Amino acid sequence: MKWPAMGYLRAKTLAELWSALQAHGSAGQIIAGGQTLLATLAFRLSEPGTLIDITGIDELRGISVRGEALRLGALTLHADLCRNPLVKAHAPLLAAAAPLIAHPAIRNRGTIGGSLAYADPAAELPACMIALDATVITASAKGERRIPATAFFTDLLQTALEAQEIIAAVEIPLTKRLGAIEEIARRSGDYAMAGLAATLAFDAGRVVAPRLAYFGVGNIPVLAAAASRALEGRSLDRASITAAQQALTEDLDPPRDLHGPPEMKRHLARVLTERVLLGFLNPKVQAA
Amino acid sequence: MIPITLTVNGEKVTRHVEPRRHLIDFLRLDLGLTGSHAGCEHGVCGACTLRVNGKIMRGCLILAASLDGADVVTIEGLSESGEVADLQAAFVARNAAQCGFCTPGMVMTAAELLAESGSPTRGEIREYLSGNYCRCTGYQAIVDAVEDTLRSRGAKP
Amino acid sequence: MNEITPASIGLSRADLPNSYIGRSVPRPNVPKLVQGRATYTDDVTLPRMLHAAFLRSPHAHAQISAIDTARAKAVPGVVRVFTGHDLAKICDPWVATLDHLKGMKSAPQYPLPLTRATWQGEPIVAVVAESRAAAEDGVAALQVDFVALPAQTDMETALASGAVVIHPELGDNLVFTRTAETGDVAAAFASAHKVVEARFVTGRHTGVTLEPRSIIADYNPADETLTVYHSTQAPHMMQGVFAKQLRMKEGDVRVICKDVGGSFGIKVHVYPDEVAIAAMARIMGRPVKFVADRFESFVSDIHARDHRIKGRLAVDAEGRVLAFDIDDLTGIGPYSVYPRTSAIEGNQVVNLCGGPYDFKNYRCTTTVVLQNKTPTCQYRAVGHPIATAVTEGLMDLAAEALGMDPVEIRRRNLIRDDAYPYTSPPGMRFEGLSHHASLNKLLDMVPLDRIRADQAEARQRGVYRGIGFASFIELTNPSPFMYGIGGARISAQDGCTVRMDPDGSIVASSGVTEQGQGTEAILAQIVAHGVGVPVNRVKIITGDTQTTPYGGGTWACRGAGIGGEAALQSAIALKQQILEVAGAMLQAAPDTLDIVMGEITDRASGKPRMTLFDLGRIVYFRGDTLPKELQRELVQTRHFITKEYPFAFTNGIQASWVEVDPATGMVKLLEHWCVEDCGRVVNPLLVDEQVRGGIVQGIGGALYEHCIYDAEGNLLTTTLADYLVPMSAEMPEIHVGHVETPTRESLLGAKGAGEAGTAGAPAAIMNAINDALKPFKARVHEQPFTPERILRALGTIA
Repeated sequence: MKWPAMGYLRAKTLAELWSALQAHGSAGQIIAGGQTLLATLAFRLSEPGTLIDITGIDELRGISVRGEALRLGALTLHADLCRNPLVKAHAPLLAAAAPLIAHPAIRNRGTIGGSLAYADPAAELPACMIALDATVITASAKGERRIPATAFFTDLLQTALEAQEIIAAVEIPLTKRLGAIEEIARRSGDYAMAGLAATLAFDAGRVVAPRLAYFGVGNIPVLAAAASRALEGRSLDRASITAAQQALTEDLDPPRDLHGPPEMKRHLARVLTERVLLGFLNPKVQAA
Repeated sequence: MIPITLTVNGEKVTRHVEPRRHLIDFLRLDLGLTGSHAGCEHGVCGACTLRVNGKIMRGCLILAASLDGADVVTIEGLSESGEVADLQAAFVARNAAQCGFCTPGMVMTAAELLAESGSPTRGEIREYLSGNYCRCTGYQAIVDAVEDTLRSRGAKP
Repeated sequence: MNEITPASIGLSRADLPNSYIGRSVPRPNVPKLVQGRATYTDDVTLPRMLHAAFLRSPHAHAQISAIDTARAKAVPGVVRVFTGHDLAKICDPWVATLDHLKGMKSAPQYPLPLTRATWQGEPIVAVVAESRAAAEDGVAALQVDFVALPAQTDMETALASGAVVIHPELGDNLVFTRTAETGDVAAAFASAHKVVEARFVTGRHTGVTLEPRSIIADYNPADETLTVYHSTQAPHMMQGVFAKQLRMKEGDVRVICKDVGGSFGIKVHVYPDEVAIAAMARIMGRPVKFVADRFESFVSDIHARDHRIKGRLAVDAEGRVLAFDIDDLTGIGPYSVYPRTSAIEGNQVVNLCGGPYDFKNYRCTTTVVLQNKTPTCQYRAVGHPIATAVTEGLMDLAAEALGMDPVEIRRRNLIRDDAYPYTSPPGMRFEGLSHHASLNKLLDMVPLDRIRADQAEARQRGVYRGIGFASFIELTNPSPFMYGIGGARISAQDGCTVRMDPDGSIVASSGVTEQGQGTEAILAQIVAHGVGVPVNRVKIITGDTQTTPYGGGTWACRGAGIGGEAALQSAIALKQQILEVAGAMLQAAPDTLDIVMGEITDRASGKPRMTLFDLGRIVYFRGDTLPKELQRELVQTRHFITKEYPFAFTNGIQASWVEVDPATGMVKLLEHWCVEDCGRVVNPLLVDEQVRGGIVQGIGGALYEHCIYDAEGNLLTTTLADYLVPMSAEMPEIHVGHVETPTRESLLGAKGAGEAGTAGAPAAIMNAINDALKPFKARVHEQPFTPERILRALGTIA
């Protein structure tokens, strides 16, 4: 369908953005790359009033290392994640995740801020941010807030963003932790039936602070607390992996979708748990 | 109506557009460039793939109003430039187009792959084209055409 | 493009000089496609043209209690709003039945319904506006009061007592049923060494042509003519339909078909929204355009293959087939689709089961019922993939029960290559097939020993691979026995007019149409061959009822076999005519002359005598120099229809090599092979990718595509993110081989090629998956073979 009648304006600075948001109130809708928003507008299920384009705001751009964190501006493109040397060096999990997101033409325009703000529970980046223990930096006329990724996704397609607040950037702590992502999708580029983004460290062969973030298996990306506990402090082996798989029952309560029932999603999550964790035992991964 | 001035296929164009106009309708209805096709209008099929500021994008997921100052290349412009004349000849030789509705988007996507300096395998070619739906071919002739072009441009097999 | 000379061409397969038949000539249509210079219907803009959008029923079944159009009419840009009653004043309803399907019934269908909506997505009210966007704004402002009614969605309960009878005037939901028996099935089963049986389900899916259905209707009140630009496979049929429903003379309707962005059977049916466009143009006296968007395509393009089949197979101790017993049930939506009807698919299923095999006893039942879902009708390979899956699924079960190799059981039962003509138990007459030659060729291509060794080795590593085979037959080139004898105005014949213009160039206009298969390319090859000119001197006209001879269009793989033969015969006739004229000019007997690469030559010596350019100059500009009585019309028309056999059957066999991940239920396609026999191959380059495209469409149905409904009849898969089509990353490399058994019905010998891939692929994949799953004793027979279904078969999930 054709998009509904709507307004459009382009904010060049954050100051312009705040006044535009003020002027349009609840009718104002932020648009960045628009790769999800514009697709959903074609269903004519909502009428946005006025789209406020933030892609011209330089403050929201840029990839840099600041102190102990890798900072990614909200307007960072999925395609940037594939290529950027700082991302490759400090957040290889994101470089590995990016090619799983849709297709080249979408990655060339879709932004990480847009993906996080839309908060699709089957999307890769929200789960990655949780696995990386990232912090979402929001901005509004009232100033900045720092929200841990784990607290950012609140319900199906819902986030901790308040009205007239945007994502300005995400910060990823610089660590030497290992990261991996795997998903089961019907076709390349599809939203996953189930996926897992995981990070952990080893200390003398023992797992330290594992973070297993599952996607496509709940209303929000799920940081599996019980499964992580089952691994903490243990050596990574068949027994501890099985314990983590069993603990998942506590962590996951997936809804049915077109691909299958909750039982299937739980099963796929267990399969992914094994595959990703076994991957960490690969000497090449450990060396990296 | 939003005033925009942009470059389309090397020509400067100034128009007033409704915010609801997507790039494909802008090209087709306002500029008469009908080579780009609307196949799904929700960003999945790839028939509307074209080049904006040097990168391929989905024309149906871009507001024309947001393109003030942009540089847009459509299949018409890409063809006239001769940049992918070899690829297009390979499509003809391999019968890599049947109904042709996906073909402009397919050529646009393949052109970006060709522009990247690499020697993709057939599997990687398939992966790069995986956002462009073709109902007629088995995709194989298209992969053949891209592979032939890569080889003739000197990529290692 | 390469310059074509006699030396570069060599001898044709027909062993004729300067032949293009059998050669991989590049399609002349492709350069415009790769440069974005084609013209699809949506690319056409007419003066004063308006755009239509439809309010579609949000309910599977509902009473339309009130329609308030006032707010819609007030929307800026909206010009007019039409309801069912508005259109019924000038447009008659249609009923889709065929007389030869005994007892078939269906209800009258209007372009927009008068009282009730019977499927979710049915067009209810039309808004015509200055732009498509404004028309959609108008639709959003319409107020239609629906009273939801209970919906009949499950075909299994459609005939049960207490079922919602969708059209009370029909009495029940039964559209058509037929039971037939040949031989003594009960005795065959009683005496069998082994009996195997299974329940097969094929998922409801749809065509998803990338170019949506598109139409512009333009009524000119001054000359009382209706011109319709239509993305269709059958312009002449649609001309008749528009005329009949709008109470016009057929000659006052012209249908023009520009480039068509894929069809696959989707664009050969009468759609109520498209008839509504013609009716609205007729009323308004100005052009109205409608291009379905993707969401409405999913709910309004015909669906297909919604079947449940219970099949049984009896074999003797040597593995010979004794009997098939087939019970097919299909739900077709609330209306049989005009004019082909929605009973043909089920009928084809039971006509084709067991098709490749030599056996005596056959019982079949097909039952076609109504339901409140999108109407179904003929879609690429109508019934074939279903019949092949049932037949080949049962053959593999029998092989397993006997402990026999799947190739061996096929070899023992395939109809012998020297057994023709042969009539199958369902009554299909085969002129000449090549099952054994095709199987042998396939086994030359498939490295079976290496594959079996790899399979065994991989299993040791916990990797599960399987190979599956599927023999099939395909019905092409239908005679009037398919539709015409049932009373439908669907032409089984086609014509071609070939003329020579003054410069010696050749123009051929044909009733068959081009949707990307390469119809125009092969017609050019055939005409070039028939007349004796370089192929680039031939221009083809298709898709215009006013400028092409009457014909059926392109469907059921008839483009080459019917349209091609008409082109060949008219080209040969034109050549004769040219030689008559040349003979008069050169003082030579016409039969001593020939035309080679556009030149009149001496047949015996090959010496050039005169160019066609010079001949054309004299005929057209200096006719005074020719003998008065000489016939000098350089134009010939021939029509062709098959006469000996109701259908030209083709055959083939496919093999699929897959890997199943038993942990996830995911299927990876490793490699695919197909050998098919479509008779004379006119252009191997085109046929090969046609076959591959057909296979990929079959893969779609086998692994991905599914129109999923909820219990209330709401379609849940209305976007391309939910309805999964096959994409390049997952598709295998596909190897295509040919055996050629030309039909003797025609000079050309071509049969159809377009549906073979789709016919066999799902069965081959099913058998490959089941071969991979053998160590788990798990099987799947319900398409699509999704991870969920495979995990269920494995017992991983309940």
